[in-house]
Amino acid sequence: MSAHAEQRPLTKNIDLKRGPLALKEYEAAGGYAGPRAIAAGLQPNEVLERIKESGLKGRGGAGFPTGLKWSFVPQGPDSEQQKYLVVNADEMEPGTFKDRLLMEGDPHLLIEGMIIAAYTIQASRAFIFLRGEYLLAEKRLAQAIAEARAAGHLGENVFGTGFAFDIVLHTSAGRYICGEETALLNALEGKRANPRAKPPFPQVSGLWGKPTIVNNVETLCNLPGIIANGVEWYQSLGSGGDFGTKLFGVSGRVKTPGCWELPFGVSIREVIEGYGGGMQEGYRLKAFLPGGGSTDFLTPDHLDTPLTYGAIGELGSRLATGTMILLDDQTCPVGMIGNLMKFFAHESCGFCTPCRDGLPWVDAIFRDLEEGKGAHKDIAILQDHVGYLGPGKTFCALAPGATAPLGSGLKLFADEFETHANSGCPYH
Amino acid sequence: MQHKLISSSSSRVLSAAELEEIDHELTLYPTKQSVGLEALKIVQRHQGWVSDESMHAIANYLELPLAELEGVATFFNLIYRRPVGKRVILFCDSVSCWIMGCEKNKARLAERLGIGYGETSADGEFTLIPVPCLGDCDKAPVMMVGDTMHRQVDPASIDALVEGPGNKAFTVDKVGGDE
Repeated sequence: MSAHAEQRPLTKNIDLKRGPLALKEYEAAGGYAGPRAIAAGLQPNEVLERIKESGLKGRGGAGFPTGLKWSFVPQGPDSEQQKYLVVNADEMEPGTFKDRLLMEGDPHLLIEGMIIAAYTIQASRAFIFLRGEYLLAEKRLAQAIAEARAAGHLGENVFGTGFAFDIVLHTSAGRYICGEETALLNALEGKRANPRAKPPFPQVSGLWGKPTIVNNVETLCNLPGIIANGVEWYQSLGSGGDFGTKLFGVSGRVKTPGCWELPFGVSIREVIEGYGGGMQEGYRLKAFLPGGGSTDFLTPDHLDTPLTYGAIGELGSRLATGTMILLDDQTCPVGMIGNLMKFFAHESCGFCTPCRDGLPWVDAIFRDLEEGKGAHKDIAILQDHVGYLGPGKTFCALAPGATAPLGSGLKLFADEFETHANSGCPYH
Repeated sequence: MQHKLISSSSSRVLSAAELEEIDHELTLYPTKQSVGLEALKIVQRHQGWVSDESMHAIANYLELPLAELEGVATFFNLIYRRPVGKRVILFCDSVSCWIMGCEKNKARLAERLGIGYGETSADGEFTLIPVPCLGDCDKAPVMMVGDTMHRQVDPASIDALVEGPGNKAFTVDKVGGDE
């Protein structure tokens, strides 16, 4: 195993200066070892135990343990025999740009991960739910799927195991809400993408009522390394209670914005100041969202916090997608939060009242504050919405996600909100 | 056909190429309803947008209630129910692009093309539509023009886009990565 493969199992094959590895090159670099281990006799329950033991958590944002999720799929002769695997490749969380890199950079890694997952839950068919705008990812995935099919890695007899499995690459037609897994399933069924009531959970009754696992792209890309190199190796990566590596990103006014695969436990400072090169000349870091648009603001005081689900959670925020959005001292914090509120208001599916009516109200208040038409009572109304739209008050997690930057921003930038209520935006 | 809700006189005839693609999708999904959304995408790829006549044709062919198909078509932002320009500009105005100054680019588009969101330029060349975060935030501000990603966009690159290859600064992509 090369040093790269040891340290960067997700991105070891990715080189942006060239296209992705073709099947032969991918296999020459050790690829498809997972399915070969399966062909050598590894049983589905053994894979499940290994993934549970590894501590892998879902990389889509919620951080739910992957093995535990899989274990909810009913198995055995009396269970529904048609099961589905669905890949959530609908990357649309504001400020999140990690799954694009994996799909454009190493499509065979995702396919290998899908074979391992599908075998474990005994799904004969998978759908990759890819956002429609990711045209390069579509092209490269389609090519890789065709290569894998031609080689017999997909089809009636995967790697000679007798296990039948194939992949449909589905390109979506837009809307942020499709990232919510039950809305995604409705979209795949050709319906309006309103989220579904839970329970039943998709693991039991998902796509067309069949047991379905929905996993994020990055989650699935973790599987080949765990199967090939073992749990001990996986747990040697990362620290602070989370295992393996994660794609961490920085956008905003740093010198070298980007996305890097790093072990869990790396400090926020190392990512922003080391990999991101620190702030551009003339800009100071004021605050940041640690994991996309649906997370609570953190401040420069938190820079030495290790990037783990637990440590970021203790600060009252979430690691979520691990892609940080930086607010600098020359950008209006009220404007930034207003931008996010406009986004969430626009992307509400319109199904439940708090979200459908509440978010546009919030958005309208931000426009008033921007233009100097606001009043002090508006700030109280915004604060009320943090409660009205919070967890448990809405049908899905979209509006509660919006309250994360809103609620934390109202606290952190109370003075700036006052200024806006008094006299509009001072930043321009 | 019990689901047939509309007269065939307001329907167009789906082309052989469209039908071939729709039929292929029918082999991949267990329900015709699933293929409804696929058919909307297929027709749009061939026709540029989805007209009322196309809606009728798809609903008839797949035996789907027209109102249901319309509900789907109007839900998804990448299905166009009105004619669009030769190239659709999917303009990212989400948070990272906003921080990096996308509003200036939007203003320059309005200045040069005379269009805001949902509008098509007078010459029929461009339609401007906002899009959720395009997932290329380290190269913000970004936008898609037709099938091409444009990264690190500034007002000068908007000028170059509008003026086409005649502009010396014309470049479709400063960073690369697309094929």
